[in-house]
Amino acid sequence: MDDPFNAYITQWSFSGAGTGPLAGRTVAVKDNISTAGCATSCGSRILAGYVPPYDAHAVALVKAAGAAINGKTNMDEFGMGTTTENSAYGPTLNPRDVSRVPGGSSGGSAAAVAGGLADLALGTDTGGSVRCPAAFCGIVGLKPTYGRVSRYGLIAYANSLETIGPMGRTVRDVSDLLRVIARPDSRDTTMQGRPYEHDPVADPKGKRIGVPAEFFGAGVDPRVAETVRKAVETLAACGAEVVSVSMPSMRYALAAYYVTCTSEASSNLARYDGVRYGPGGETAKSWHDAFTAVRSGNFGDEVRRRILLGTFALSAGYYGKYYGKAQTARANVGADFARLFADVDVLAGPTMPVVAPRLGELADPLAMYLADILTVPANLAGVPAISVPCGTVDDLPVGLQLTGRPFEDETVIDIAAAYEEAVA
Amino acid sequence: MSDVVIGLEIHCQLDTKTKLFCPCSTDYRDDGPNTHVCPVCLGLPGTMPAVNRAAIEYALKVAKAFHCAIPEECEFSRKNYFYPDLPKGYQITQYDRPLALGGYIEIESEEGGEKRVRLTRIHVEEDPGRLVHKGGGDRARYSLVDYNRSGVPLIEIVTEPDMTSPKEARRLLAQLRATLEYLGVYDSEKEGSLRVDANVSIRGHERAEVKNISSYKGVEKALTFEITRQRSLIRRGAVIERETRHFVEARGTTTSSRSKVEEHDYRYFPEPDLPPLRVAGWVDAIELPELPAARRDRFVAQYGLSANHARTLTGDLRLAAFYEEIAGNDPALAATWVADTLLGELNYRERSIGTVDPARFRALLALVKAGTITDRSGVEVLRAVLDGDEEPNTVVERLGLAATTGDDAIATAIAEAIAEFPQAVADYRAGKANAINYLAGQVMKKTRGRADPRELGRLLAEALTE
Ligand SMILES: [Zn+2]
Repeated sequence: MDDPFNAYITQWSFSGAGTGPLAGRTVAVKDNISTAGCATSCGSRILAGYVPPYDAHAVALVKAAGAAINGKTNMDEFGMGTTTENSAYGPTLNPRDVSRVPGGSSGGSAAAVAGGLADLALGTDTGGSVRCPAAFCGIVGLKPTYGRVSRYGLIAYANSLETIGPMGRTVRDVSDLLRVIARPDSRDTTMQGRPYEHDPVADPKGKRIGVPAEFFGAGVDPRVAETVRKAVETLAACGAEVVSVSMPSMRYALAAYYVTCTSEASSNLARYDGVRYGPGGETAKSWHDAFTAVRSGNFGDEVRRRILLGTFALSAGYYGKYYGKAQTARANVGADFARLFADVDVLAGPTMPVVAPRLGELADPLAMYLADILTVPANLAGVPAISVPCGTVDDLPVGLQLTGRPFEDETVIDIAAAYEEAVA
Repeated sequence: MSDVVIGLEIHCQLDTKTKLFCPCSTDYRDDGPNTHVCPVCLGLPGTMPAVNRAAIEYALKVAKAFHCAIPEECEFSRKNYFYPDLPKGYQITQYDRPLALGGYIEIESEEGGEKRVRLTRIHVEEDPGRLVHKGGGDRARYSLVDYNRSGVPLIEIVTEPDMTSPKEARRLLAQLRATLEYLGVYDSEKEGSLRVDANVSIRGHERAEVKNISSYKGVEKALTFEITRQRSLIRRGAVIERETRHFVEARGTTTSSRSKVEEHDYRYFPEPDLPPLRVAGWVDAIELPELPAARRDRFVAQYGLSANHARTLTGDLRLAAFYEEIAGNDPALAATWVADTLLGELNYRERSIGTVDPARFRALLALVKAGTITDRSGVEVLRAVLDGDEEPNTVVERLGLAATTGDDAIATAIAEAIAEFPQAVADYRAGKANAINYLAGQVMKKTRGRADPRELGRLLAEALTE
């Protein structure tokens, strides 16, 4: 298969069974989701040559549903990035404009779908990694409720935040894939056993949509804000009730997110020591020297930066000041959502504050972190959020983000479907 | 009052069928390296732990047996450090929300009474794998890792510093082992199933932590050595530094591991892959079996045993079961034979009670009770039964050990003794009743112990009055 966007790290031809709900469709799988017999690298050199002996639960379900899997898609190393430039296998290009990044970290999956290389894709979303590339590439991407899709086989970056999420060209595509992968799995005990059995209903009548002022604040490109406001008006025109709300906890969301995800990452990535898989160390050296050499030689800069940050945040004497405080802020975000969802059915706003940047434009780590401001709250609270295309700015796609109550993925899908139908 | 202060941290493997977080079997000891492993216990990327409910139930039994407070919810945490036997780069353990808090273990104190050693906490954690140093010890050129043990459930029991002698520490471990085995959650015969770290100090001085103790006898040895070492330092006016020391089992000594330079910051935080574990409601459903203390009291009441015999016989689950199997219609005789004789013989042979055939032992007791053989011959028969593969009857026949009461041999021996030791005969006749014991001893010597002592006394008295 020709791959002009460098969407894939490894091409694969797992042919579907020909029967089942996904028969005849091709699915691209993000390279941090384990596939038995097919190399899985997380976009990192440290997993070069690693071939998992088992399938992630979601992969096993996709296979059983009759789909073909055509490869493992490019990503920011271990999911750490917003552009898919932090990959040991080179950047992925945005099919809508190849001078632009596709977003990240599931940029390969988004590019595969947007570029017509796959019908559907599995991405993963830790702080926006499904929704951001969906928005930048002009496709639909869902971050399901935490605990709705098994994480077994998803190579952990930040366990308490991330989920596997479906990506597709339409809301119905995303719903179809979610129906296949949202199945109970006793191996992931953070799951709630709430399968998704829904078909999208494109009718927003009577639904209350909250529009938080903070989602349109500083840093949000006014043209993006305007495009999204128009989309919300479209939903109002279809019968939804739109109300202005406020979400003050947003102020601390980004800090809480980065402290939590780097802390968990510093622990999750400790297993890459060259003993069991990946490039090995020099056995002649001392243990300490051997694993240090393997790690410093094979992790990229962003990964090393986040491991250092997380190690610091968990250190004795700093735990309370950073990790402890982040959990408090996280609880506040959850409480804020709960308060809002007592009044409204979904919250609406832009997925990303900007349209897809040019390659290299977000090289400054801090600028890149700031781009996640609108997507991380849903991960902190574990609630479902979808990004659906809602127009363009400078010919580049803009995403409308709809966030819902926990385990009401059905509602965000319905309202996204209503918008999609209204503008079709 | 002793000035020795001892606290223990005890790790025991829980004897579950499968590991703590995966379905792998824990029965790995007879199999090759890395044969009882799966993606989870190898820590392969993407795998997740799922708690084995049996392990939690076992731990709850222990907590209940030791009167601990059991919070409604406990939580697993990650202890982060790099070591090749630790496949995830962290150990899943419990930190600030352990399964159980407080409680106590009752032991016999140094002074002989009952004493409560308080517990700080009990928590559940996974065992790491094991390193095999190829080439042996310090000269090894490389190490191999065996992950068969990785993920086996452990409980860590932390005591308060309530023990005042190595003997009390050993008693605590014996009581712990007995209770765990009664609960059916632990098998002390499995190699490496126990690991102890001991904190020991002389009151008023810093403490040392002695690590790497892996046997019951080792604990007493290590502590005795360490106390002597600390005392002699104090005597010489030296300052005892707070440090970690390693027990070298082969030499019975402890050596400084100079671990201050590698002081760990384990960066504990809650395990995000495991939700908090609610055990409320679960605890009430757990029924405890009869525990050692209750069984001891029952042995005294039901079999009329002395407190000492009862304590000895109930101190080990297998021993208690063996005793009840052979107690028969003379429990007192059985108790004496098991507690005073059999245990000594087993100890000498470094064998466990499990190697003794109860049917044969019962047959031996029957022979003694019927007077067919004397007590002394009984010991000889027991040794032969333990060392060979014979029925007690066969041994008696083969060695000609049947008691010789009333037969010619004993009469001859009595006549000989009377002829050979006239002074003793004269003493007896002069009213020194003890003199008869001397003569009895001589007869026993001549008959190689086959004379029944009571019968012999009667016969000798008759002969002497003739
Ligand atoms: Zn296993």
